[in-house]
Amino acid sequence: MNPDLIIPLLAAAVQSGTPVLFATLGEMFTEKSGVLNLGVEGMMLCGALAAFVASLYTGSPVLGLLAGGLAGALVGSLHGLVCLTFLGNQVVSGLALTILGTGLADALGTPLVGRIAPGFGPLALPLLADLPLLGPVLFRQDPLVYLSYLLVPAFWFFFARTRPGLRLIAAGEYPAAAAAAGLDPVALRWAGILGGGFLVGLGGAYLSLAYTHLWTSNLTAGRGWIAVALVIFAAWRPGRAVAGAWLFGGIMAFQLRLQAAGTTLPSSLLLMLPYATTVLVLVAAAMRRGAARGSDAPEALSVNIEPED
Amino acid sequence: MFGLTAHKRTEPPGWGSVCIFPAALALALFLGLGLLALTGRPPLAVLGALLSGAFGSVRAVEETLLKTAPIFLCSLGVAATFRIKVWNIGAEGQYALGAVGGTAVALAFPGLPASVLLPLMFLGAALAGALWAAIPALLRQRLAVNEIITTLMLNYLGILFLDWLVYGPWKDPASHGFPMTALFAPGAVLPRIPGTRLHWGLPLCAALGLGLWFFLSRTRLGFELKASGEGRRTATYARMPYDALVLLVMGLCGALAGWAGLIETSAGLGRLQPTVMAGYGFTAIVVAWLARLRPLAIAMAAFLLAALRVGVENLMLDFSVPAAFGRILEGLILLCVLAGQFFTTFTLRRSKPLAPNPAPEPAPKPTGEAA
Repeated sequence: MNPDLIIPLLAAAVQSGTPVLFATLGEMFTEKSGVLNLGVEGMMLCGALAAFVASLYTGSPVLGLLAGGLAGALVGSLHGLVCLTFLGNQVVSGLALTILGTGLADALGTPLVGRIAPGFGPLALPLLADLPLLGPVLFRQDPLVYLSYLLVPAFWFFFARTRPGLRLIAAGEYPAAAAAAGLDPVALRWAGILGGGFLVGLGGAYLSLAYTHLWTSNLTAGRGWIAVALVIFAAWRPGRAVAGAWLFGGIMAFQLRLQAAGTTLPSSLLLMLPYATTVLVLVAAAMRRGAARGSDAPEALSVNIEPED
Repeated sequence: MFGLTAHKRTEPPGWGSVCIFPAALALALFLGLGLLALTGRPPLAVLGALLSGAFGSVRAVEETLLKTAPIFLCSLGVAATFRIKVWNIGAEGQYALGAVGGTAVALAFPGLPASVLLPLMFLGAALAGALWAAIPALLRQRLAVNEIITTLMLNYLGILFLDWLVYGPWKDPASHGFPMTALFAPGAVLPRIPGTRLHWGLPLCAALGLGLWFFLSRTRLGFELKASGEGRRTATYARMPYDALVLLVMGLCGALAGWAGLIETSAGLGRLQPTVMAGYGFTAIVVAWLARLRPLAIAMAAFLLAALRVGVENLMLDFSVPAAFGRILEGLILLCVLAGQFFTTFTLRRSKPLAPNPAPEPAPKPTGEAA
């Protein structure tokens, strides 16, 4: 194979996979605490819009990134209000959040369509960028991609080795035991929703500040839902989330390149690739899982904590 | 929170539960209009335009009724799947496949008389929608693949499949490049009720709704279906093969959503084009949940959300409100209703003032309501 074709494709795979990776880690963070949040698509789109607006008006992509994360957490907090405070159904609340969030971003973003905001550009890392193959693929990316490299081990370390991480897992696995141990599982789940929402918002911010720099409607195009699927595919493990997200990045990059190269394949069929792959990837994960079905999910995922009289 | 604590009700809430829905609706409208007020649009005038747009004239009510039909059909199907705890959010894709299936028949036999062609089109739409819905049902049964994700992905795939057809093989050569099929032959268009803009799909919806209500509340199989609603275990007790039930109900939903797609294509547009996709499949989820999955309540909720859509269209003209405002309202309504349902099982009481030695907090326990 021609390395001049493969290396840019792999680099593009990492880049297009990064927003999905942030969103996947965010949803994984929330689910670890026992809350299923299907609002990722809406939160991500609101994060993308907030990041874009903040960067446009302050001129600072870093402030934009922060605004994106905060917007994700803010929209996510509605899920907390409905599910943690008012014990609403988590599946339906998440769907409502997606309907609301995509509607909000669409309505508020309409006047911005076509505007360009300052964003993040590629930054070659000294020495590492000169490595053969790995250099151009991994180390000539933008700063947010490097942030994701740090985030994955940090995510793993947080849940495997730190006290707050283990407490969050307790709220997701067996909240009654967590409460008996003197913890407040509802507060822990709030932390899960807000922290996860922040990461999902960063994923959205990546789309508007690093992937495009330009506002278009429906910027996420289903990436939030792909992230929800990848959490299952990754079996709630951050390392596998990287593999899944980059795989998707590869498919999206490949599809875009084919279109740019003027292929005769109709674009509607090419656009099917990521969604069809999502189904196939879930089927593959299910077949691998075999008999031990569903055992990877947090035990109390999507089960609400009811107060007792 | 706020000095209040939740207590489980010892008796049913009575008239209170009737108030929850209007209260949630009012709160959602208040929040939505507040959002518009922030952007400088007078909330009361907007509310007036919303209501008059939806109900203010015969034409407005006709428009609302026309939009009620597809929402109602999709929602009946979605509610049936939610009842057996299958989180099917794929009505949108099943609707697309129904439109495609019906159109395939219409394009293949343009010469047939309406009395033969229309039933065949309904058959084609039902089959296409049901088969599309069977994919996630089978994946769930055989491999425990999460149906939320698969139904959602099949929405994207179904819509793109429809796009591919009207941009490619089915494109009308005379359409000047616009993605649409040729106009249907007269026999493939669902006729209008004389003297109105309404079509015969509406009486059909009413008949289907009544039929389903009768089936659920008056027949043995319907009763067993309701008994199986709690999931696999209860279904086994009722000696219902749960897997067959899931397949049946998903197929039913696919067929109903498919009919919605067909009716909108045939009666609404008279040809297949991408604008047939109007998000009814997602509105149907909001409607199903508002109606707490009951067929007759679904009819009312479908009418209400159809009115909201027509009203928002009016706002787009009068106040240049973006089309997405409809989705904002739908999301807010659903969130408010979800939160409001808390009060059917709980009451809030003022927390007792802190005693010198407060009693230990009772341990929370997980509820049985899971996905």
